[in-house]
Amino acid sequence: MADTQLLTAPVSELRQLLSDRAISSVELTRAFLRQIELCNPLLNAVVTICEDHALEQAALADKQLATGEIAPLTGVPLLHKDIFCTHGIRTTCGSRMLAEFTPAYDATVVSKLQSAGAVTLGKCNMDEFAMGSSNETSFFGTVKNPWDLDCVPGGSSGGSAAAVAAGMAPLATGTDTGGSIRQPASLCGITGLKPTYGRVSRLGIIAFASSLDQAGPMARTAEDCALALTAMAGVDGGDSTSADKPVPNFHGALNTDIQGLRIGLPKQFFNDDLDDQVRARVLEALAELEKAGATLVEIDLPHSHYAIATYYVIAPAEASANLARYDGVRFGYRCDDPQNLEDLYLRSRSEGFGEEVQRRILVGTYALSAGFYDAYFNKAQQVRRVITEDFHRAFEQVDVIAGPSAPGVAFPFGAKQQDPIAMYMEDIYTLAVNLAGLPGLSTPAGFINGMPVGLQLIGRPFDEQTILNAAHRLQTDTDWHQSHPSLGDLAS
Amino acid sequence: MSVTPQDVEKVALLARLTISESELPEVTERFSRVLNLVDELNTIDTADIVPMSNPHDMEQRLRPDQVTRGNNREALMASAPSQEQGYFLVPKVID
Amino acid sequence: MSWEIVMGLEVHLQLATQSKIFSGSSTQFGASPNEQADAVDLGMPGMLPVLNEEAVRYAVKFGLGIGARIGERSVFDRKNYFYPDLPKGYQVSQFFAPIVSEGVFEVPLEDGTLFPIRITRAHLEEDAGKSVHDIFTHETGIDLNRAGTPLLEIVTEPDFRSADQAVAYLKTLHSLVTYLGISDGNMAEGSMRCDINISLREKGSEKLGTRTEIKNVNSFRFVERAIYSEYERQADILESGGTITQETRLYDAENNVTRSMRSKEVANDYRYFPEPDLLPIVIDEAYIEAVRATLPELPGAKRQRFIESYGLNDYDAALLVPHHDMADYFEAVVKACNAAKPAANWILGDLSGALNRNEVSISESPITAERLAGLITRIEDGTLSSKLAKQVFDAMWDGEGDADDIIAARGLKQVNDSGALEAMVDEVIANSPDQVAQYRAADEAKRKKLSGFFVGQIMKASQGQANPQILNALLLKKLDDQS
Repeated sequence: MADTQLLTAPVSELRQLLSDRAISSVELTRAFLRQIELCNPLLNAVVTICEDHALEQAALADKQLATGEIAPLTGVPLLHKDIFCTHGIRTTCGSRMLAEFTPAYDATVVSKLQSAGAVTLGKCNMDEFAMGSSNETSFFGTVKNPWDLDCVPGGSSGGSAAAVAAGMAPLATGTDTGGSIRQPASLCGITGLKPTYGRVSRLGIIAFASSLDQAGPMARTAEDCALALTAMAGVDGGDSTSADKPVPNFHGALNTDIQGLRIGLPKQFFNDDLDDQVRARVLEALAELEKAGATLVEIDLPHSHYAIATYYVIAPAEASANLARYDGVRFGYRCDDPQNLEDLYLRSRSEGFGEEVQRRILVGTYALSAGFYDAYFNKAQQVRRVITEDFHRAFEQVDVIAGPSAPGVAFPFGAKQQDPIAMYMEDIYTLAVNLAGLPGLSTPAGFINGMPVGLQLIGRPFDEQTILNAAHRLQTDTDWHQSHPSLGDLAS
Repeated sequence: MSVTPQDVEKVALLARLTISESELPEVTERFSRVLNLVDELNTIDTADIVPMSNPHDMEQRLRPDQVTRGNNREALMASAPSQEQGYFLVPKVID
Repeated sequence: MSWEIVMGLEVHLQLATQSKIFSGSSTQFGASPNEQADAVDLGMPGMLPVLNEEAVRYAVKFGLGIGARIGERSVFDRKNYFYPDLPKGYQVSQFFAPIVSEGVFEVPLEDGTLFPIRITRAHLEEDAGKSVHDIFTHETGIDLNRAGTPLLEIVTEPDFRSADQAVAYLKTLHSLVTYLGISDGNMAEGSMRCDINISLREKGSEKLGTRTEIKNVNSFRFVERAIYSEYERQADILESGGTITQETRLYDAENNVTRSMRSKEVANDYRYFPEPDLLPIVIDEAYIEAVRATLPELPGAKRQRFIESYGLNDYDAALLVPHHDMADYFEAVVKACNAAKPAANWILGDLSGALNRNEVSISESPITAERLAGLITRIEDGTLSSKLAKQVFDAMWDGEGDADDIIAARGLKQVNDSGALEAMVDEVIANSPDQVAQYRAADEAKRKKLSGFFVGQIMKASQGQANPQILNALLLKKLDDQS
């Protein structure tokens, strides 16, 4: 039981235990490594476990804890989505293409979290190249939802979400291009934050869609997300699109006073298409915030309907170029015995990439090709501005925009795999936030038949603080985020 | 808008992907479904709207012209599928 | 049938930055394969570009140098195609909004007239790596050291009608960019590579024919030959009733033919779109003015000044100006001896000859500008005849000191004393009765030739030091008088 408490404790508590020397980082690291060992055969949330590396880092953290040189995350174990390049540790991006790729460099996020004292336990499974909303596209097999092993964990950061939910780590990194942090966080009952585009450096993160990708934390609480974001964020000379904005201490500034906070409810998010039970859970959560002093306002995002079409032009187009480097020449998968250069290209790419990745490359290539650029890509970029301006107008009226994180709860494996469009609809509430580059988070908002539901909170550009505060208040007043699947059942 | 199998093959070649004869009908069908989804863009008037490439109105930062990277060939080529004498190797290319 | 050739040129100019356009790797030429290619240059997963400020400055310098428009907001785009020396599968270039556009470039032709070439655009992009075909038997080797070297691609309108014009443009461009200091202009190392778009049409026709593109020609001479050979090829096809295929061709210098590039057979569709990893480059007036303040005197202005202030002719000016070092050398010589025309003659004549023979650049010339000026001074004041001057020049080249040292050491002073010369003339006339008789019997035309004998004898007697003008006058007077 004590073990379960430890494994489900938020980072904020583990930090306290560590700095009180009530537990050592090595002990904590061993506890999580053991949980990974127990649960992973069932969940498949982790693709690479770095036991030796983790224990080394933990031992170093213990020395620092002993001398009082404590950084914000000293000794705290975490998992990285396998999209973050890790020096000397295999980084697969969920693909056969990179199944044996070991980078000679760390992503900025990885080195920042390391300097903040965190201990890397391993790398999380994910949809191949972050393309998917169910974690069914990974070359390394599907990840199972710890709340129901017959259901998907969401995606693409499904491994990270499942791992945190299952007590395999108190914290994991994720990336979110169209909902890939918020949707799996919602489906796994944890808290996940996608920061403002440009808040966190993309250097060393394997690119999917460069103008949409953003890394963020996935944890049990908003407070933990605030802690992790403070460590992850900041301008990076190596990423031209990272924003030169001061990084507040999101954790230090966290407060629960949301008196007068204006929360906008886009009528387009709460229309007849929304599942009634999801609507009920989301509105209950919003009622809690109202009780705490927030006011709820109906708002209009007239073009949000176009987000999905816009996204499914821009993201595949950028991806088609970003994934052209996987050609079997310098790194990654190469087909056996290529007959000539064209054969090398064609077979390495067709064998190295999975079906969904190939489909998106095809769509993106098509959208950029001669004669279609104006009708598709350029048009989508114009609509992107229209959608973004809707948000900016709405933020003249409200401080936060709220809605569901996903249209439903976790669904069974295979339920949407045959129809790409049905799968794309999973991100219908999250995509527009990426198009507009806004911060958004998902926080637990109760359950439907025992499966978690998420509330999405969207903020102004670079105002992660306000949505973190609102989520923190909700988590102070409710206990949905404290529920966790029965860990005993997950041990194989 | 729907596409023909020939369109799909043409795009696949541009993207250096192969689609087998047997898969082609299904790939074409799914491809068309995605295009139908995005064809919705044609229903919105965007005359005079400046395309948006990036969420924020930021400018490119410039880096001083300094050599900050030395030779790291061994580490960087460690994952190369085929190499010799410091070169990456590909099947003979005839120009 | 008579054909008119219509050409536009695209020059890929390597900018002389220390580091690459998007990474901190060195751009130095000649390193071992892939030792100057970092993770960004190799297009490794997760790597991102960051723009080199010097590359931007150089592009702006070029734009100002040709009086072009500098884009206040220029954007990078991805140009997508697969090739093993293109690591990312796309080249970062500028398609929709180049940094430089709409310039005019005045090219001086041999007859001294200026020929305007319209520059459509000049944009920044990254160079690709190199494919090496001759080291491995069954494979091509890929060296990505060059990948990411900053390039300025300079594109003209189809304004060229002859190979001479094309070569003159390239030489003038070469001169401009080396003056600006934005490129080392080292063509042998590929610092300036030229693509030629070429089509033929019937003389008098306004309609453009189908063009071919000859890629990557990297010397002035090859440009000229490639144009001639492609002209012949296209003319042959058209005259036999055929049609030209629009395609990319390669100039094979060994066989002096152009041939189709098989690797480019797959139809190109570059799918340009704005590079999302980079943001717009914003250039304001203040920046432009600051760069403008750093511009040196450019070749066009210098040529004009050489003609006006030194009284040089077009021809000399056109030869002295293109190489910055030579122009500087010339000015240093003139400053020290104040004799512009002789300075030009010596530099373009004997000095250039010696430099070329010994494969030395003028900045490394063993004869400094001051020493050459010293020599010219001694010619101008009559101390040295041109013949003696050549001896002194050779001695200076061999490092025997300055002109005065050599004159003193070798006793080379010209004999200008007419008394002494008259004695020598008398002596030769007295000793050569046969030749004198022959001379006096000859007509005017023949006499000129026969007088050479006497000059030669006297020069021999004076060890070359007789002042030839004075000698000639005296000699002819004596020979003619007694006839």
